[in-house]
Amino acid sequence: MNLISSIVTLSLIYATPIIVTALGGIYSERSGVVNIALEGIMMVGAFVAAAFTPLNEAALGAWTPWIAILLGSLAGGLFSLIHAFASVDLRSNQVISGTALNMLAAGFTIYMCQIIFNMQRTQTFNRGFVKSNVPVFSQIPIIGDLFFKRMYYTFYLAIALVLITAFILKRTRFGLRLKACGEHPSAVDSVGISVRKMRYIGVLISGLLAGLSGGIMVLTQATQFTAGSIHGVGFISLAALIFGRWNAFGVLGAGIFFGFSQIFSIFSRDIPFLSKVPTEIFSALPYILTILAMLLFSRKSVGPKAAGEPYDVSKR
Amino acid sequence: MYKKRSHLTLSFIAILLSFLVASIVMILSGISPKGFFVSLIRTMTGMNLQAIGKEGFFNARYFGEFIQITLPIILTGLSVGFAFRTGLFNIGAEGQVIIGSFGAVAVGILFKLPLVLHVPLAIMAAMLLGALWGWIPGILKAKFGVHEVVITIMMNYMALYLGNFLIKALPGSDNQKTVTLHASSLLHSDFLRKLTGNSRLHWGFIAVILAIIVYHFILEKTTFGYELRAVGHNRDAAEYAGIKVPSRIAYSMAIAGAFAGLAGAMLSLGTFDYGRVLSTFENYGFDGIAVALLGGNSALGIFFSGLLFGGLKSSQTLMQASGIPLEIAMIVSALIILFVAMSYGIDKVLDALGSRREKKHESH
Amino acid sequence: MEQYVVEMRGITKRFPGIIANDQVTLQLKKGEIHALLGENGAGKSTLMSVLFGFYQPEEGEIYVRGEKVEIKSPNVAHELGIGMVHQHFQLIDTFTVVENIILGDEPGGALVDYAKARQEVIDLSQQYGLNVNPDAKIEDISVGMQQRVEILKVLYRKADIIILDEPTAVLTPQEIDELIGIMKNFAAEGKSVILITHKLKEIMAVADRVSVLRQGKYIGTVDVASSSEEQLAEMMVGRKVSFAVEKGPANPGEDVLVIKDLWVKDQRGIDALEGLNLHLRRGEILGIAGVDGNGQQELVEAITGLRKVESGQILLSGEDIVSHPIRSRMEGGIAYIPEDRQRRGLVMDFRLDENLALKTYNKEPLSHGFLLDHEAIKEKAKEIIGLFDVRSSEGTETIVRNMSGGNQQKAIIGREVDLDPLVMIASQPTRGLDVGAIEYIHKRLIELRDDQKAVLLVSFELDEIMSVSDRINVIYHGRITGDVKPEETTTQELGLMMSGSKEGPLV
Repeated sequence: MNLISSIVTLSLIYATPIIVTALGGIYSERSGVVNIALEGIMMVGAFVAAAFTPLNEAALGAWTPWIAILLGSLAGGLFSLIHAFASVDLRSNQVISGTALNMLAAGFTIYMCQIIFNMQRTQTFNRGFVKSNVPVFSQIPIIGDLFFKRMYYTFYLAIALVLITAFILKRTRFGLRLKACGEHPSAVDSVGISVRKMRYIGVLISGLLAGLSGGIMVLTQATQFTAGSIHGVGFISLAALIFGRWNAFGVLGAGIFFGFSQIFSIFSRDIPFLSKVPTEIFSALPYILTILAMLLFSRKSVGPKAAGEPYDVSKR
Repeated sequence: MYKKRSHLTLSFIAILLSFLVASIVMILSGISPKGFFVSLIRTMTGMNLQAIGKEGFFNARYFGEFIQITLPIILTGLSVGFAFRTGLFNIGAEGQVIIGSFGAVAVGILFKLPLVLHVPLAIMAAMLLGALWGWIPGILKAKFGVHEVVITIMMNYMALYLGNFLIKALPGSDNQKTVTLHASSLLHSDFLRKLTGNSRLHWGFIAVILAIIVYHFILEKTTFGYELRAVGHNRDAAEYAGIKVPSRIAYSMAIAGAFAGLAGAMLSLGTFDYGRVLSTFENYGFDGIAVALLGGNSALGIFFSGLLFGGLKSSQTLMQASGIPLEIAMIVSALIILFVAMSYGIDKVLDALGSRREKKHESH
Repeated sequence: MEQYVVEMRGITKRFPGIIANDQVTLQLKKGEIHALLGENGAGKSTLMSVLFGFYQPEEGEIYVRGEKVEIKSPNVAHELGIGMVHQHFQLIDTFTVVENIILGDEPGGALVDYAKARQEVIDLSQQYGLNVNPDAKIEDISVGMQQRVEILKVLYRKADIIILDEPTAVLTPQEIDELIGIMKNFAAEGKSVILITHKLKEIMAVADRVSVLRQGKYIGTVDVASSSEEQLAEMMVGRKVSFAVEKGPANPGEDVLVIKDLWVKDQRGIDALEGLNLHLRRGEILGIAGVDGNGQQELVEAITGLRKVESGQILLSGEDIVSHPIRSRMEGGIAYIPEDRQRRGLVMDFRLDENLALKTYNKEPLSHGFLLDHEAIKEKAKEIIGLFDVRSSEGTETIVRNMSGGNQQKAIIGREVDLDPLVMIASQPTRGLDVGAIEYIHKRLIELRDDQKAVLLVSFELDEIMSVSDRINVIYHGRITGDVKPEETTTQELGLMMSGSKEGPLV
């Protein structure tokens, strides 16, 4: 039971950034912009959060990580505007623009570490997020053990974001218009809604969420930011987005699945018949599973029809 | 897309803009861009502009190192460019380099052969494994329609871990590297080393020249290349013409992988003489994306843009020595990709500026 | 000036390289049905896009109900009560009918009041007799119903100036009659209708007045009652047009293409051909008449090998080719002018000579072994260009994207005819072309026939089918429901067969 509950808890902790980033991906892709820069945006968010924390934790105390992820989120949003500008206004190839931003983020974050901390990483921090038991809920038998003990509050934040996103897409005017932009932009244009504005908002929200997620990731899973801090989680989120069929709850499920596959290597050592398998195999597991999952769903998963295509107003 | 300005013009604009933005970044963070440019020029020409007329003005070693570092970058550029011409985005060159590199290392360690056989065999192994690592996403794309971008990204990470596992599994390896390869499998050249002030320049440059020629030949001169280009521009029309589109996609990715695999061989048989356990990506594949884009996916374009990115990469040592964070080179690369991607918009902006100037002339 | 509800004066709109509208005038009276006539590319759509706020004109003024207005976006058009039913439906496949109708004008605030929206749609559809299922997704409903949804979108926005852009292109003759009734209802209610079309018969049947555009220029406005089809045609084309296609009697030979009990599924896995039978003889043009979406596309793709056949036989000169790959069917004598020339027929970013080699690049003399012979490719291209009068700015070097639609189509026809085929599949070969190009293509098809080739002509234009074919097969729900001769049938009879209400004789 102990092993199971710690596997579940840790899976959810590792799932949190995947879920949040993939939610961001929903907004961007539903508006019609493919965002493979999620990885880079996470890096920016993680760097900002991780750089802010050691410099301010003495003054701000327990509030530090919350302010840090907020700043990370803002930085991510700002960074994503480059992608919006390139793909919406300049009609760049969205995959190429995203690739450029991923490289830019990798270079820029470490460059700034060198400038600020004089090394290729941020200074270690003490006040990351702390695991806690949720009052009342943690007393519930079994469920309390699985979901409410030794958990980061950021996980519940992710759940809240899932619910909010599902509600926005299903019930609101904004959601209806956003989805329409990703399916048939000229139809949206013809009823007098600005596709440009909707896509900017979509990309911006994806940047805010991916930045937030990067902050959460570094403040729950590390003690400093390095070049390897995000190690492909942004790309895994992209896979979770596809796996979850561009839906909030789908993304939640896929995120937990990939979170589990990430922590599998840690627990494999405690499971006798797996302990002999080299760790590299487990490290590669999430990526292998992603490919398998994509193959499994390849026929069924269809994303927003117009995603990836610049909308050319002059060609309508 | 209707373009008035040539790709060449827009490429130069992209390069200039990138250097401009990077300079601004350096100035804002309190670093003089001068050192950056001096390092870059010294790396690419061997000439130290700060020591004109003095001793140590010219150092052939820098030039040799520059070429040596450029070789794999041109090859990954060919890899990405080849796939681009078939309408595929090979983000997986990174992984194909790693797996190819392992192939060369394995042959270099496990076999003991005369030089004339050993070098070609090691290179072949690298190309074959690289081709395999490219073919997998190609065939998955062709048969199941899954997007090659996501698959190749995932396969990069798989290659990183699998490569490390395999390197460590070779006889005699420790946690960082393998034993030294048999000398008969290496591309090292005492002649070239002496010529270039003891740089690591090696015979691999011949393979790279051949690769550039082969790239051009396949795409422009053969029916197979015609088919690949037709698939790249319009899959439906290619199918209509009776071209077997899925097989062409798989072949194209395999050939792209072979170019990247050859880049891996350059690293393990030329630059180093052992296989390495990698802690993270070395970005050869990502540099390849930049090289192909800037070079407009043509053989000659890739050669020249490869030189530029090779220069950026190899100047990092000098930059670090003069107190410039070496990541600035990566920032420049990223900016070049970004500005090339934006070239449609840049073209439009230049049009608008041009017409405003015309109007001003008219009003005066 | 109060007599016009819309007046566009001296509208000029330029695009790089062309003047789409040159000093165009349009005056729309309240309560009239006003046709806007012109060939493809005459500038009708551009003019309407200006009125609808998609484009801003370089010159000219627009008055709506006597007041000068600037229509900077579709929003302004909506506020002025101008609505447009687009030719290419602006509908989102994965949304429901209600969602599509309310998009951009949703009841409720930030939260959409779907119950209210649904009720409004139901009320509106009853008021105008536009039968739709409010909860169905667009991808699941018929083309006719999709058009009703487009009309409801306009009515939902309370438009009283309604633009209909080529609305009959996708409808059966009976559905066209219904639509005409709906338009007359609108006019009776005091709404004003602009009908964009190039079909003279429809104008005669429904419009009060007609304005004609030609090559971007305004030619004139006439009362339909005091005019004739011939007069309108001359205004539209700029010369006397004979609608009769000149051809001698057919002299058909033996069967070359025989299809037996063919079953084929469409993209979504639904049966598109349900046991189709037909036969095609040497020296005849067989026209396939039918409303879009009754299996024409699947039939053509099954014959050419682009689509998998579930069961049945396709016999080419007696040999079953169902399992043959595309290329061997080509080599067996099937040529194909595809319905979508830009998507299927051409590699738009290739040069003209490369495009003309698309089907023969791998054969002597264009290549030797695996080596391309660029000189031979150029020579071959020059030959086809000369024979088929393909015009382009830079000859063989021209990037095909920069060529006109008519010349792109000529290039395809030249390439396909050059294959010297047994069977020519021509799928909507004249779509989107002007009268000159259409005449040219009809002439070429008849020449092929006279040369004892077999021609299968698929078209949604009944007039084309009637005038070019030697024999007509009607396709409905994936089966041939009638086999008739053009001189022995009428448009009305074909229409009934096309909508499944009547079955014709089968030979």
